[in-house]
Amino acid sequence: MLEEGQRPVTNFPGQVIDTPGGGVLTGALDDLINWARSNSLWPLVFGTSCCAIEMMSTASAKYDWSRFGFEVARATPRQADVIIIAGTIVNKMAPVLRRLYDQMADPKYVIAMGACATSGGPFFYNTYSVVKGADHVVPVDVYIAGCPPRPEALLHALITLQEKILKEKLSDNKKG
Amino acid sequence: MMTKEELQVYLAAKNPGLSFEEAGDWLNINVEPGQWPSFANTLRNDEELWFDYMFCLTCVDWKTHLNMVYHLSSTRHRHNIVVKSKLNRDHPEIETICQIWRTAEFHEREVYEMYGVNFLNHPDLRLLILPDGWEGRNPMRKDFEDPVNMIKL
Repeated sequence: MLEEGQRPVTNFPGQVIDTPGGGVLTGALDDLINWARSNSLWPLVFGTSCCAIEMMSTASAKYDWSRFGFEVARATPRQADVIIIAGTIVNKMAPVLRRLYDQMADPKYVIAMGACATSGGPFFYNTYSVVKGADHVVPVDVYIAGCPPRPEALLHALITLQEKILKEKLSDNKKG
Repeated sequence: MMTKEELQVYLAAKNPGLSFEEAGDWLNINVEPGQWPSFANTLRNDEELWFDYMFCLTCVDWKTHLNMVYHLSSTRHRHNIVVKSKLNRDHPEIETICQIWRTAEFHEREVYEMYGVNFLNHPDLRLLILPDGWEGRNPMRKDFEDPVNMIKL
């Protein structure tokens, strides 16, 4: 279990015991699975407005989210682990977002990036077309404030998601 | 290329019914909806004007009336103008100009769904972005209400 403020453990959470002709590996199943999941989160290529520009910047050389295990953005939901809702979701887009989410294999995670994805943001009032928060459509794990959030904020959210995953238990039986 | 002032003199001589607005970088011309098709033809085909590129077509709801706004540019002479036409808000109608500038076919569909302007002789006047069944409700009108989706402030 992580203490408050502790960084996610990236070391292998088990022990290798050498035996003749090979070795035995011991560790708690929860720890091993969470270690594997949290260090290889593949994001879905999904951006609906200006937050996507910041998301692309986060993926690029300067901020490089690969350093934390978000190596490969996938263009198909069937290969993605996490969907970063980077931008405004309009009523017409909502069923598309839901369908993408449903097509992702468990375990799957959602980050609501920026004011629009969190609450509708600048489009909360006097708008007929905008969904007032992506959590009306899909369950959200981490919210990011900002309009748009800086790449550092997105990285922080991704690391927060890793911390959340490290606290999961198989016995909770919520995800795969 | 003609300057704003030269364009005004040239157009006023050709078409005495026009009125002009001085504000802004570009010449603003007000035209009656009935005169618009023939005036548009002049703007496009006159050798000195040659407005061969329409780069914006939109509408403004002034509550008392609607105003069609056309932005035109000439790729040959490199000059720009803005043409405006005042429409009756209860029965907004104006001739399509998509036979002159093909791009207008697309933009007029957007103005049709957002403001409810009826473009006469348009080849395919139907909703562009809004979902099916939206006909008659025009979201860009100032008095548009949607009690289900809209939180008023």
